[in-house]
Amino acid sequence: MYEVQKVDLTRVKPYGDTMNDGAVQLGFSLPVPYGDEANEAARQLAAKMGFEEPAVVYSHDLGIGYTYFVVYGKTVHTVDYTTIEVPKVDVDVMEKEDIEAFIRDNIKRPVVVLGACTGTDAHTVGIDAIMNMKGYAGHYGLERYEGMDAYNLGSQVPNEELVAKAIELKADAILVSQVVTQKDVHIPNLTELVELLEAEGIRDKVVLVCGGPRLSHELAKELGYDAGFGTGSYAEDVATFIVNEIVKRNLI
Amino acid sequence: MSKLKLDQSKIDASRSSARNIAEDIQKFIDEHTTVATERTVVRLLGVDGVDEIGKPLPNVVVDNIKEGGGLERGAAWWVGNAMLNLGATPQEIAEKIAAGEVDITRLPAKDEASIKAAINDIAAKTVERIKGNRQKRENYLNTIGEGKRPYLYVIVATGNIYEDIIQAKAAAKQGADIIAVIRTTGQSLLDYVPYGPTTEGFGGTYATQENFRLMRAALDEVGEEVGRYIRLTNYCSGLCMPEIAAMGALERLDMMLNDALYGILFRDINMQRTLIDQFFSRVINGFAGIIINTGEDNYLTTDDAVEAAHTVLASQFINEQFALKAGLPEEQMGLGHAFEMEPGIEDGFLLELAQAQMAREIFPKAPLKYMPPTKFMTGNIFKGHVQNAMFNMVSIMTNQGIQLLGMLTEAIHTPHLHDRYLSIENAKYVFNNARHISDEIEFKDGGIIQTRAQKVLDEATELLAKIEKEGLFQTIEQGKFGGVRRSRTGGKGLDGVTKKDAGYFNPFIPMMLGGDR
Repeated sequence: MYEVQKVDLTRVKPYGDTMNDGAVQLGFSLPVPYGDEANEAARQLAAKMGFEEPAVVYSHDLGIGYTYFVVYGKTVHTVDYTTIEVPKVDVDVMEKEDIEAFIRDNIKRPVVVLGACTGTDAHTVGIDAIMNMKGYAGHYGLERYEGMDAYNLGSQVPNEELVAKAIELKADAILVSQVVTQKDVHIPNLTELVELLEAEGIRDKVVLVCGGPRLSHELAKELGYDAGFGTGSYAEDVATFIVNEIVKRNLI
Repeated sequence: MSKLKLDQSKIDASRSSARNIAEDIQKFIDEHTTVATERTVVRLLGVDGVDEIGKPLPNVVVDNIKEGGGLERGAAWWVGNAMLNLGATPQEIAEKIAAGEVDITRLPAKDEASIKAAINDIAAKTVERIKGNRQKRENYLNTIGEGKRPYLYVIVATGNIYEDIIQAKAAAKQGADIIAVIRTTGQSLLDYVPYGPTTEGFGGTYATQENFRLMRAALDEVGEEVGRYIRLTNYCSGLCMPEIAAMGALERLDMMLNDALYGILFRDINMQRTLIDQFFSRVINGFAGIIINTGEDNYLTTDDAVEAAHTVLASQFINEQFALKAGLPEEQMGLGHAFEMEPGIEDGFLLELAQAQMAREIFPKAPLKYMPPTKFMTGNIFKGHVQNAMFNMVSIMTNQGIQLLGMLTEAIHTPHLHDRYLSIENAKYVFNNARHISDEIEFKDGGIIQTRAQKVLDEATELLAKIEKEGLFQTIEQGKFGGVRRSRTGGKGLDGVTKKDAGYFNPFIPMMLGGDR
């Protein structure tokens, strides 16, 4: 009887329809005019990327001497899955009701959370998803949490203003959303906030969290934040982290 | 004939409430001016350029007037007075102020009739130039023609105007009808307009008059090549609303994002400031033949698209009335809305269809601006491409006017060259393949679609009646739009608002609002 090949986790390859076929799909454009030479250029480029049997399955003239390609190839590379370590926010995520109970039992006072899109960033989709009453995709936002005083300061909030507000409201946690990350504009902005909080002597009194589609927990830690949340995080992920951190660091 | 069996008396009641709301605010607007409004007058009188530290000369002039306590009279009065005193052009006067040689409010006052005559002379020339631009656009439309509606609208956003031009030309060749150059993040909060061609921006490119000129020339060139007039769009919002309108009128832009409430709600600009500024900006846009795009779609990214649907309709009614007040005909009102419901909702497509058809029936002459899904785009580009196809389908089924094409890479990055091509191909396929579907379909009596549209209209009528009673300022203070609360004296730019005095003078409002177009 034919047996399906088993996966070797020390040498993992993409799967198309057969174990270890290495199948990968690519889409890209080259600044060369549409034609046979363009297709050959795309094919050769895919070969240099480490793809065997690269095939240009579609190409299209983009109109200004540029060409778009869809290419398939079989990669020769593998990764060792067994040695992978990814830094993660390490808590068991609780449901909204459990978080509310946790606050009642362990913190025994309202948790003040400030959220903002800082610097020049005007994209509030992320912070709104976490903070606003309605939440996102069925996950209620922090404003709806019993035992939380959530303040969404909105878009383009200067770091100075955020820090001043944090002092005024005695914030337990600060959430910063950064959606625009073109040319790494978010890095100096996020760093500046940490510096301001340190200058005011309140960095260790708050739980400091950042989030956004291009932010990872690893980057957040590197920049001096307590946690970073990327795409697919909801209010309960952030809230679980905050309440646990408050207890862990004895910020009650 | 209404496919939705909408109750005409409710539409009439909504419109009447919106008219009263706008009239109430218009009284306030007419009594006030702002630094941005006056800088616009200065620009339209021919002042351009920057001083030695890079400060725009319109700011130099208006700051000088404001410091001298003369803003309530209007910049035109002071510039006219300086012209008579110094025998200089407005540009020369601006340069003298920048050099510290003149303090414009300290010059002896000349007689009012001579001041007005001197200013009206220059103003008439500017107005002629704008009229000329309008004729040139009409001429293009009559000769090389334009794309079919819904127009395909795409965004370029590289930060570098020269790179933008490459992307825009490619998009036009692929079938785009409208190119919007998105602005750099944060420009809306600058209380001045940057100067000259720019190559550095984040998430977009600075709106400057030179950038407008460069892109206009490029689109005319590619338009002639592809045999279709390519429209150019920018963003007439933020603290410099009317200035951007003036620049756009001078450089023949064709569309402007221009919402009466957007800046208040989503950029925290002071409500008094924005409402005054939007008026002059719309007078200019109206006169220049520029189609405005209103920003109701934004309510649905901050609020829920199913629950807040009536706020979109209510805002469309209000935007319509403010636009009429500023002399903007219905044909230039790209009232906004969006395909932003959560894709997991059962029959969500039907609700989207109801909303789009409702807007179509209530604003029959407006080239409705339909915005694509953004909030529920995930990075799954394949599903995203299907969401965009569904959005395109609603548009052709309901005869929308302006289709801002969704990008499959929304939520990942500003569009790559081929993302735009894939979006254009998607829209062209759906629009062509279902071109006349709206003539062929009607909706079931009492079905989901009719019922939904009627409910949204009911709620909007109710909301508008409430706003009419309580006032627009109060409604915004309560957070009725987009779930965002703003106070009457909060936000940015209030210090740029002044009450006009009895001798206030702005030649452009009567020239652009009245008389021959």
